[in-house]
Amino acid sequence: MTRRSLLAVLGLLLAKPLTVLAAWNEQAFGAKTAADALKSIGATAAAPSKDILIEAPQIAENGAVVPIEISSNIPGTTSIAVVIEKNPFPLAGKFDFKENALPFVKLNVKMGETSDVRVVAVAGGKQFVATREIKVTIGGCGG
Amino acid sequence: MAGPMKMRATTTGGTTEVRVLMTHPMTTAQSGQALHFIQNITVKQNGKAVVEAEISQAVSRNPVFSFRLKGGAKGDKIEVSWLDNKGETNKIETAVA
Repeated sequence: MTRRSLLAVLGLLLAKPLTVLAAWNEQAFGAKTAADALKSIGATAAAPSKDILIEAPQIAENGAVVPIEISSNIPGTTSIAVVIEKNPFPLAGKFDFKENALPFVKLNVKMGETSDVRVVAVAGGKQFVATREIKVTIGGCGG
Repeated sequence: MAGPMKMRATTTGGTTEVRVLMTHPMTTAQSGQALHFIQNITVKQNGKAVVEAEISQAVSRNPVFSFRLKGGAKGDKIEVSWLDNKGETNKIETAVA
């Protein structure tokens, strides 16, 4: 057992009383290319869709805080993932929607440089993707 | 340390909007600091999980998220909790206004 995995196990043991079934996809979040990240979340054959809306500034002056608002108009959307192509670890987040939750999320992310941002939505077991380029004038990965 | 959280949940026109702020450094390993970031976020409505999120260190410091729920009534209890990579955790509960 490596030191890292031992630490991970210890971390899980410590966290256990405080959480219920918290899972974190270490493989997908550890992926260093967008292709690997997409593969790890099973999104290799996503169909391009205009029903995934990505609202973000065209030019982000501060890469440390780039606001992105995402919503899916694809009926039955259950999950949305955000992949920032040129970040050191491209997968920024994955959101699963249940019960009354609408497939919508607004968040702030760090971007190291100008990059395509891909949003993958899952609806009815099918994958859909939309892409938007965000230009960054000052990178924000030092935070 | 798990810093304070703030949350507002309001319902208008059949949609409830939840806006939550978490105090957290969200540090990457790139600046020579220790990697310290929130990994899991759960949103509950009246005790039922409605959003389960996994996030990375690419989310900005002191994360702010907005989520939306279909319907929702004034007085519904909304709870948001987080767990970070060091096992620290925090949560906040509010009633929909």
